[in-house]
Amino acid sequence: MPNSDAHIVRSYSEELQNISALVAKMGGLAETILTDAITALVKRDADLSTQAIKADKRVDSLDAEIEYQVVRMLALRQPMAVDLRSIISALKIAQSLERIADHAKNGAKRALVINQSPPMDATRGIVRLSDVAREMLRSVLDAYVNSDAEGAVKVRDRDEDLDVLYDGYFRECLTYMMEDNRNITAATHLLFIAKNIERIGDHCTNIAENVYYMQTGERLSTARPKGEDAMGLKAE
Amino acid sequence: MLDRETNSVTIADPKVVCRNVSVSYSGKQALFDIDLDIGSHQVTSLIGPSGCGKSTFLRCMNRMNDVIDGCVVTGSISVDGAGILDDEIDAVQLRRRVGMVFQKPNPFPKSIYDNIAYGPRIHGLVRGKDELDEVVQTSLERAGLWEEVKDRLLQPGTGLSGGQQQRLCIARAIAVRPDVILMDEPCSALDPIATARVEELIDELKRSYSIVIVTHSMQQAARVSQRTAFFHLGILVEVGGTEQIFTNPRDERTQGYITGRYG
Amino acid sequence: MTDREHNTGIAVDAAEVKHARKRYRAERRFRMYGIAAIAAAAGMLALLVISIVATGWTAFYQHSIALDVTFEAKVIDPKGGRDPSVLARADYRKLARASLRELFPDVKKRGDKRKLYGLLSTGVDQQLAELVAADPSLISQTRRVEIYASDDVDSFLKGFIDREAPESDRRVKDKEIAWLDKLEAEDAITSHLNLRFWTKGDSREPELAGFWGAMVGSFFTLLVTLALSFPVGVLAATYLEEFAPKNRWTDIIEVNINNLAAVPSIVFGLLGLAVFLNFFGLPRSAPLVGGMVLALMTLPTIIIASRSALKAVPPSIREAAFGVGASELQVVTHHVIPLALPGILTGAIIGMARALGETAPLLMIGMVAFIVDIPGSVTDPATVMPVQIYLWADSPERAFVARTSAGVMALLGFLMLMNALAVILRKRFERRW
Repeated sequence: MPNSDAHIVRSYSEELQNISALVAKMGGLAETILTDAITALVKRDADLSTQAIKADKRVDSLDAEIEYQVVRMLALRQPMAVDLRSIISALKIAQSLERIADHAKNGAKRALVINQSPPMDATRGIVRLSDVAREMLRSVLDAYVNSDAEGAVKVRDRDEDLDVLYDGYFRECLTYMMEDNRNITAATHLLFIAKNIERIGDHCTNIAENVYYMQTGERLSTARPKGEDAMGLKAE
Repeated sequence: MLDRETNSVTIADPKVVCRNVSVSYSGKQALFDIDLDIGSHQVTSLIGPSGCGKSTFLRCMNRMNDVIDGCVVTGSISVDGAGILDDEIDAVQLRRRVGMVFQKPNPFPKSIYDNIAYGPRIHGLVRGKDELDEVVQTSLERAGLWEEVKDRLLQPGTGLSGGQQQRLCIARAIAVRPDVILMDEPCSALDPIATARVEELIDELKRSYSIVIVTHSMQQAARVSQRTAFFHLGILVEVGGTEQIFTNPRDERTQGYITGRYG
Repeated sequence: MTDREHNTGIAVDAAEVKHARKRYRAERRFRMYGIAAIAAAAGMLALLVISIVATGWTAFYQHSIALDVTFEAKVIDPKGGRDPSVLARADYRKLARASLRELFPDVKKRGDKRKLYGLLSTGVDQQLAELVAADPSLISQTRRVEIYASDDVDSFLKGFIDREAPESDRRVKDKEIAWLDKLEAEDAITSHLNLRFWTKGDSREPELAGFWGAMVGSFFTLLVTLALSFPVGVLAATYLEEFAPKNRWTDIIEVNINNLAAVPSIVFGLLGLAVFLNFFGLPRSAPLVGGMVLALMTLPTIIIASRSALKAVPPSIREAAFGVGASELQVVTHHVIPLALPGILTGAIIGMARALGETAPLLMIGMVAFIVDIPGSVTDPATVMPVQIYLWADSPERAFVARTSAGVMALLGFLMLMNALAVILRKRFERRW
């Protein structure tokens, strides 16, 4: 929660807190969708998948609500300094969370498809990826709620691990595909799911940068740590 | 063009330099050791809660505090390198170079023409009626008032609307060709349209003059100035580029004031 | 009370209505008190004015007896040189008496003759001398001249002496009444406006007495008062208000000025006597000294009024002038004083009006003397209007009663003129800021 001192006009503070609460709620929902999607994949639970897909709609409506509240506050309150930064950050974080939920939903959709085929060992790798992503998401949401700039930096750094894991999984999937032609369909889906999770990690990094800006007023250095990507190219 | 001034008291090529300025009224101190530079050809705004000393500081720069009994000003203030607080300095000549516009528009109860002409006359700045006519017209044009009053120059200045009166006062101030214009909450008695006109005028004037404006409205300070100084309880808390002050101030007190967390 | 005020339709309950009714009654009572107060004041004023006018209006016209006067050369100008001093001192009374004898040939006894001559004013030779001096060609001619009647005759003709009263109670006896009736029958008695009142100085004889001397004396005195008190007062007020530092000394001065304004005027008279007359030896009875004494008296009034007027100029004007770079002196002379002028002038005229009506201090410095000539300058002996009124009020003659009231009317008229001047000046100089 940005800056706990209350404004002289209490309704101003309440409105700011309202926006923060919406963002936190949206984040929690995104977390749930991601967890459910992976669980649905591992447990081969079609109902859970459907539930996760439906939940994405609620995330979208929260995003619209946050956007509306932000524009309203800009017009009516002309916020300055930390208040201005926190509102703009809330807007951008909501957009990132919306993308995260979308990616998670897509994962849930693919899980539905994959689970029509017989189970594969390869799914275990996804869990490792998703664990890191989920941890990143949880940490960055905590950092947001606590206005913790350092915590945000840690999340940003964690993305490097996720990228490494992703590269490893990419190779694993290729191996599966080369082993047996009948695995190609399933493995491809798994690859896409892994990509979704990797994108979720990137969005968590965006959120972390916004939390850092909101708290300090400065940008995190633009050089994001990126490991060697699967195509063998190093980031500049 | 964004003017990214460094976040410090001193700047390069200042117009007015104030060091260790303290002011007390009948023994009660109102300003404590103020160090501040005022940049030339830009607008500096002074913000802060009521009673923080910003108007007092403004009035030091043209020695208007001299007319208040029991007011003592210490420290040094120099305009273009020349100190102005010494007793030998002629306050009358200083006020020609450092003009002032007040909160409530106060045109003289004379005609519009005489309002503008008074300053140049008493300072002996013009020879002959033709030159005086020209000065009056130029001043009114620069104040954006000429078109509205050119047909009624001989009518009393007090017959104009509030916004026009204030622009008349601005024209009166620039008629004596000052270097610095001090404005003490110039728009607080005006409606939003008149305020916008005056702000537009300030924007244009900064090309020729250095302007210091005291304002209660942070939005106005944000719109109009390039550099902002925050005063609180007689001290200068923070000074810096306007956008920096309003997006990311360094001092907690500044942030508290501009976000409305305490007065 | 309009219906609107009694319409309590908006009230919520009966208690509110009762409360409102109480309020209406209180307001009505207050209005009544106000009207009563105004009525009382107006009534007293009307009483005063009516009584003065009723007594005084008769002084504004006068009766004359028309006689055919032969301007005999050998009485007026025996040597024939037309020398003005000779013409002035001739015995014109003789000529007038000759005319009377012609009209009433039966009057033989010395006592009766004296009474006959007494019908005319004692100023008859003065009157005729003035005619001849104006037009020497009158000599050797016969003209019908309207000669002023004596004050008793004038009173009788105006009805103040009752014809029916017993003779011992009257100043005009039966024989005189008979002569007057005869003259009246012959259209020899005329009445005309009393211009002497407005053109001549004081005299022992009421019919010859004029107010003009006192008016000129008042004028010169006020001139001196104005010339001394106005500049000194305004400058003192300006200095005290604008330039003097606010310390103990200026406070003491301010308190003392306020006290001086309340000092009884006779004290200033004593001061004038001791200092101006005895120490400096200035001429007694002169408007110069009178003016100086009144100036001392008016000074505090002017200073106080001027200070008020200066204080009332809003500080925003001063600040604006300072802001443009005017010096202290320029701020005061270009801005503050012009804006304070209406108040200053009003104070000055009020002070002058008060000085105009002052009697006591002028009595002390000797302006109570009997002055006949119209004063020509500030050092000539003179009297002032209120003193003149006082002197006339003191005289026993019946005719002076009317003249006293007439003098009061003239003084009041003068005062109203001055107040009107104050209003006009204030309107003219008034500027809105």
